[in-house]
Amino acid sequence: MRSYFELRRHPGLEWAGLALVAVALIALPWVLADIGTAWVRITNLAILYCFLALGLNIVVGFAGLLDLGYIAFYGVGAYVYALLASPQFGLHLPFWVILPLGAGLACIFGVLLGAPTLKLRGDYLAIVTLGFGEIIRIFLNNLSSPFNLTNGPQGITLIDPFRIDGFSFATTQRVLGQTLSSPIKYYYFLLAVLLVVIVINLRLQNSRIGRAWEAIREDEIAARAMGINTRNMKLLAYAMGASFGGVAGGMFSAMQGFISPESFVLVESIMVLSMVVLGGMGNVFGVVVGALLLSYVPEVLRYTVGPVQQAVLGRTLIDPEVFRMLLFGLALVLMMLFRPAGILPSALRKRELQARTRE
Amino acid sequence: MAQRPDNRGAEPTAPIVDTLIQQLVNGITLGSVYAIVALGYTMVYGIIQLINFAHGEVVMIGAMVAYTVIAALVGAHLPLPPLAILVIATLCAIPACMAVGFTMERVAYRPLRRAPRLAPLITAIGLSIILQNLALIIWSRSPLPYPQIIDTVSYHLTPHANGATITNVQVGIICLSIVMMGALLLLVYRTKLGIAMRAVAQNSQVAGLMGIDINRVISLTFVIGSGLAAVAGVMDGTYYGVAHYQMGFILGLKAFSAAVLGGIGNLGGAMLGGLLLGVIEALGAGYVGDLTNLCHLSGWSSSLAQRCADDPHLAVFGSNYQDVFAFIVLILVLVFRPSGLLGERVADRA
Amino acid sequence: MSAPLRDAAAGEPLLVADRISKSFGGVQALADVSFTIRRGEIYGLIGPNGAGKTSLFNVLTGIYAPEAGTFTFDGHALAGLKPNDVAERGIARTFQNIRLFANLSALENVMIGRHVRTRANVFGAIFRNASTRAEERAIETRARELLEYVGMSPQANTLAKHLAYGDQRRLEIARALATDPRLLALDEPAAGMNATETAALKGLLESIRRDGVTILLIEHDMKLVMSVCDRVLVLDYGRKIAEGPATTVQKDEKVIAAYLGGEVTLSLRRR
Repeated sequence: MRSYFELRRHPGLEWAGLALVAVALIALPWVLADIGTAWVRITNLAILYCFLALGLNIVVGFAGLLDLGYIAFYGVGAYVYALLASPQFGLHLPFWVILPLGAGLACIFGVLLGAPTLKLRGDYLAIVTLGFGEIIRIFLNNLSSPFNLTNGPQGITLIDPFRIDGFSFATTQRVLGQTLSSPIKYYYFLLAVLLVVIVINLRLQNSRIGRAWEAIREDEIAARAMGINTRNMKLLAYAMGASFGGVAGGMFSAMQGFISPESFVLVESIMVLSMVVLGGMGNVFGVVVGALLLSYVPEVLRYTVGPVQQAVLGRTLIDPEVFRMLLFGLALVLMMLFRPAGILPSALRKRELQARTRE
Repeated sequence: MAQRPDNRGAEPTAPIVDTLIQQLVNGITLGSVYAIVALGYTMVYGIIQLINFAHGEVVMIGAMVAYTVIAALVGAHLPLPPLAILVIATLCAIPACMAVGFTMERVAYRPLRRAPRLAPLITAIGLSIILQNLALIIWSRSPLPYPQIIDTVSYHLTPHANGATITNVQVGIICLSIVMMGALLLLVYRTKLGIAMRAVAQNSQVAGLMGIDINRVISLTFVIGSGLAAVAGVMDGTYYGVAHYQMGFILGLKAFSAAVLGGIGNLGGAMLGGLLLGVIEALGAGYVGDLTNLCHLSGWSSSLAQRCADDPHLAVFGSNYQDVFAFIVLILVLVFRPSGLLGERVADRA
Repeated sequence: MSAPLRDAAAGEPLLVADRISKSFGGVQALADVSFTIRRGEIYGLIGPNGAGKTSLFNVLTGIYAPEAGTFTFDGHALAGLKPNDVAERGIARTFQNIRLFANLSALENVMIGRHVRTRANVFGAIFRNASTRAEERAIETRARELLEYVGMSPQANTLAKHLAYGDQRRLEIARALATDPRLLALDEPAAGMNATETAALKGLLESIRRDGVTILLIEHDMKLVMSVCDRVLVLDYGRKIAEGPATTVQKDEKVIAAYLGGEVTLSLRRR
């Protein structure tokens, strides 16, 4: 935040920089589409991960509550969308109705999870949230009998894309002489939503609510003595984070057209948490960098690990997916050992992680 | 997860009491394995207040190493009795796991001993992912069938022909667990190392001032816990007949739940918690299907009656929800009695 | 500060403690402690280490529930209130082992103190409407005033953990004052301060009182207690052994006995 304010002292520079970034972001999908439409889809997923990581950042970075089951809220949002906009029940509600519903239900789940766990200390909280995430996944997997709600492990297919009147996000159109493919349409939509989410994060951080969260993170007892209702504030953090996850889930459903419980496993929760931690907890831009990094690096590996092994060893010794996970695990360990405050540490967090000793 | 070698619900003629006894036998067997793994969690937690998230992977490594040894020995057609093969395999798995545990502590936990709690938790998750994927590379992505070298013999526990039984493998697991628990208690309460461990657990700084080599004690705690995990891995593999590179994760979580249920940091608590969780799971998986069987309500709805004609086991929750019980127990315990059954307080003090 | 913090009808009871008891395990930390703090006074709470002073603070501010007895604050019972409710009612405290928000700036620490007297909710925070912006400005202005009041304006942007010890103590007081308290409860504010800092603290306490805030002061520095407090309560082993004007209490035999022989030892007890 400091650098953000410093930038503000040179408004000309700030606007020029912003304009440059805006042009780059608008041009990006067309450049990527030239390389391959797959990269636009990958970028869309990366933005979705930014979105998720920013939601989790409210819980972990701002309020200091460790959550290892965050993906469950993503799952809830995704299934709400899938059930209300697919042939599963023959319902086809418009997305602007479903997304708030998904956010609302995820929010309720967030509060349900938060309420009983408020008193727990960090590492216990982590395990309980992990258990909660697994419970949700097991239910998604098994709620196909006796009444077929989720269609079990097969998942739900033919989910409606976003549609505004006649404008569908799933089809390719020609607009102003340009071919507007489905991933590019989603890209602009997601980009707009991401900007909103970033602004929300920044504004929350610099508000009475954000300060209360930071107070809780720093010293819960002192926060209570200052009149902060820590219970309500923690629940609020859970609820906000969960709602973000719910909306992201709905968008995921619409974009992919197919979801199954496989998409909401623990590793995904860990992935999102790692984005927050690697980028720099509590630092909004750090979290975005972390999310982009952890979204793109695996994809780059996917396209390089195999060929490189072929070239060097003559055969594929290690599956790219396995290699990716090994690298990921290693990155987590090395980061904690050598750069615990993340790539772009929030100034505050950095000092805390370096100096605080175990109680 | 693989099917358990039980005969739940297979024989409708088995008396209700027999079903119950069978569930208890299965639960106690399962619980013995949980208890041994839970001891590893609780020892480490007791001594440095760290949740060793990667402990489950150590169990997996134990099962995998033993699998390789058993397969090799069976393949070599040596004139060894099956039990000897199993013992040799276990004796190979133990040092392997100890080495993994030692390295883990040395590389990923020791440098972070003064860091905030979040840091070691994240390195533990990282280690867990690394170990799983290494196992995937070394062994296989698919489940490995454990060679069934021990001929399973069932003993009837009741006079009924289709009644409750206990197998020699179950007896072996239960007895071995009791022996190991006893040995561990002797170690902790009767030896110099045990005194040192308890001293470090009480106050590591003061223990250090008293001349105890804290690092050595902590290392040994990891090593002992990992040794126990190795045995648990072999027991699990032998019991279920399979080993899989992901088997450690859910087993570890359940054992952790067991440790919390008993009161983390408390050895007796881990044992009690493990057994209880095993029994809860077995009873839960065994009865939840019957309890939530919709066919009891057939009289209320004709469409229900029709579906029940096709599937008499039409239940809201079947045994596929078995894994949920551990988590529900964990959450309930932490909410209502965070200190566990036998432990000290866990929640933040005011 | 120009205007008084709050008008006080001096002399009337503000806080009445009635037979407060609390024990931990087998240890009786507080036994039937009763006292009355009047509006506008500086009320000292002293006693040897382990006498139950901090326990009394923790019971008063809702961190622990008393086993028996009641607190009445400004005519209303405090029974069963949580710490945040107690702060809302108008009792603010500091901590013996400083509990600032270490990684936040001095200004942010004080701004957090305004939380309980401000209203902005999530929607206000996200949409930044006119009233939220006005409130934010008011919070910051007030926080800066309070930093000025305790003499810490130059350190407004310093992280709390990087402040000198004496400054941390003063920052805790500023943060507590930000909650607009009617009773300010200070737990050993002079601990670790040198003579100059203590003298400055004395001046600060007096001006806070002048501005209408009643003060409850736990302190080991007897010189400070005797010079600044109107009345003093002495605890020993959780029991009240004396109460009254500082000069009277100082000569009380039971108090001298509790402190093992009078003023020489008293000054040694300073930490």
